[in-house]
Amino acid sequence: MTSAYEPWNEARGAEIIAEHDKLEGATLVILHAMQEAFGYVPEPAIPMIASALSLSRAEVHGVFTFYHDFRHEPAGRHVLKICRAEACQAAGGDALAARVEAKLGIAIGSTTPDARVTLEPIYCLGLCATAPSAMLDGRVVGRLDEQRLDALVAEAQR
Amino acid sequence: MKMRIFVPRDAGAIAVGADDVVAALEQAAEKRGLPIEIIRNGSRGLYWLEPMVEVATVKGRVAYGPVSPADVPSLFDAMASNGPHALRLGLTEEIPWLKRQTRLTFARCGVIDPRSVGDYRAHDGYKGLERALTLTSDEILADVTASGLRGRGGAGFPTGIKWKTVAQASADRKYIVCNADEGDSGTFADRMIMEGDPFVVIEGMTIAGIAVGATKGYIYIRSEYPHAVAAMNAAIAVARRTGYLGERIVGSTHTFDLEVRVGAGAYVCGEETSLLESLEGRRGIVRAKPPLPAHKGLFGRPTVINNVLSFAAIPFILDNGAKAYADFGMGRSRGTMPIQLAGNIRHGGLFETAFGVTLGELVDDIGGGTFTGRPVRAVQVGGPLGAYFPRELFDTPFDYEAFAARDGLIGHGGIVVFDDSVDMAKQARFAMEFCAVESCGKCTPCRIGSTRGVETIDKIIRGERTSENLAVVEDLCNTMKFGSLCALGGFTPYPVLSALKHFREDFGPAPATLQAAE
Repeated sequence: MTSAYEPWNEARGAEIIAEHDKLEGATLVILHAMQEAFGYVPEPAIPMIASALSLSRAEVHGVFTFYHDFRHEPAGRHVLKICRAEACQAAGGDALAARVEAKLGIAIGSTTPDARVTLEPIYCLGLCATAPSAMLDGRVVGRLDEQRLDALVAEAQR
Repeated sequence: MKMRIFVPRDAGAIAVGADDVVAALEQAAEKRGLPIEIIRNGSRGLYWLEPMVEVATVKGRVAYGPVSPADVPSLFDAMASNGPHALRLGLTEEIPWLKRQTRLTFARCGVIDPRSVGDYRAHDGYKGLERALTLTSDEILADVTASGLRGRGGAGFPTGIKWKTVAQASADRKYIVCNADEGDSGTFADRMIMEGDPFVVIEGMTIAGIAVGATKGYIYIRSEYPHAVAAMNAAIAVARRTGYLGERIVGSTHTFDLEVRVGAGAYVCGEETSLLESLEGRRGIVRAKPPLPAHKGLFGRPTVINNVLSFAAIPFILDNGAKAYADFGMGRSRGTMPIQLAGNIRHGGLFETAFGVTLGELVDDIGGGTFTGRPVRAVQVGGPLGAYFPRELFDTPFDYEAFAARDGLIGHGGIVVFDDSVDMAKQARFAMEFCAVESCGKCTPCRIGSTRGVETIDKIIRGERTSENLAVVEDLCNTMKFGSLCALGGFTPYPVLSALKHFREDFGPAPATLQAAE
């Protein structure tokens, strides 16, 4: 399977910046667009964004590092996010989180050595009435139990 | 005649298989050669019945749920003949859980096609805007003030006063900002209304723009809600195309346009000043107030910043009058509140009702207790920064002041139910840890206090000098409550102290036993 993301390319990066740099307060918009194209925000993009928006590199770096969403390096082929917030905790989410860590052999917040799966925490998908919930590559899954979770893990490992 | 079938596109319904049900329905229809039209509505909010499928009949819509793809063939026959079926719930409007509600804000959610402005209009949509266009700014402000509407994000500040401040400010431009960064666990009303009735949010914001003289609005939606982002963007495009957004809206002299901005996973950006910083493209670090956003908000301009539910309540008020809204509720909590029942609860979902219903009615009666069947032990009301209430406080009416009097808060109206397997020391630790991770770092009580809080609760859990460390936690909580710059640090003491107060037995052995052990 090939990655859906493009490899980093300066010209493409410049193109993405040019699409958005006229917006008011464009920093987050551009960082999101970079991540959508490349799967993460490549380091060389930071000074380019800074210069386009007349900001210092430190300012853009500061924004980039403040938000949980922005990746510093490519994620695994699949990203499995598991909700760790209260409604999911109340519905047995802690045991499921421990189970998914054991199944994948990694801690939440890391990527399997074969780079197939990145496992991340997420704090509330707004699916609190069908808790516990998770998201696999943007697809939401609710009413998780051991069986549904195992199926999700198997799908992510493919 | 084509059979009209409704299957929600709501993320909560999709999470439990709505898309698979749609695929199965299409397949079954093709196999039978029966023409059908599938409308992807919002959710009615009866989540234990999702995916809930409805079919239009001469008597009204008939509901079935929860439907799985395997049920589809037999369901199809039942729908076609209007015959019996194990999953048949009867006429949707007659389902008791739905019938008991007073739906003012959510009246259309789950009923209409959220991407059709025609359907929105056919269900009283845009009547509020049409009336607003015949009024002066002062008249609109008077209506909003008289309705008693208060901020739905947390503190409950009167919306009319906020708007009036912005209307009276003079500036080269003003902004309307919708706070759709609903990060509180147990709350999903914003997500539901954006997905199920996005035009009501657009209409509310447009009325705000006319009232205060703003021509540009932003909806800041959290990135965890991709379906809501898609729904709002789709509705904005339709509103622009049909003259409800842009220059000279619906033939008037007013201009108003909207843009969706997506957050990036920072909980603190739900705080209004931090949200404004984020919208400006900076780190979401809170601003000291004053100046208020109403005076110096987005890009330094006067800004109305309200929660999704506040804006969504506006069209009803303008259409039906302030009194029609204010007649619901109790005390200074007027109108209705979309209450969200979540966590370990049998009948989880959205229940909109007038203020004043008790917590016990909501959890036991409407919610039906836990889905694990074990006794309810604690409920957290108002998100991760809300207090944990024990059963002894179940007589508390849902009202801003009544909750405050018992050291709690309503926040965004989310209720998370826990059964007796909950460890309240762990929950208190989680609240501190969450604050430590999500703190923007600007003020010391929040940044340092939460980290020390985690360490101290860990000591208590290990049984180290329990009573002394409990005193440290209480002291930290006081410092955070009174010294923090915003509600993140300021409200974290609510879950921590309420857990300590009502569930003391979970915080390790009593001191005497401990000394004996040492």
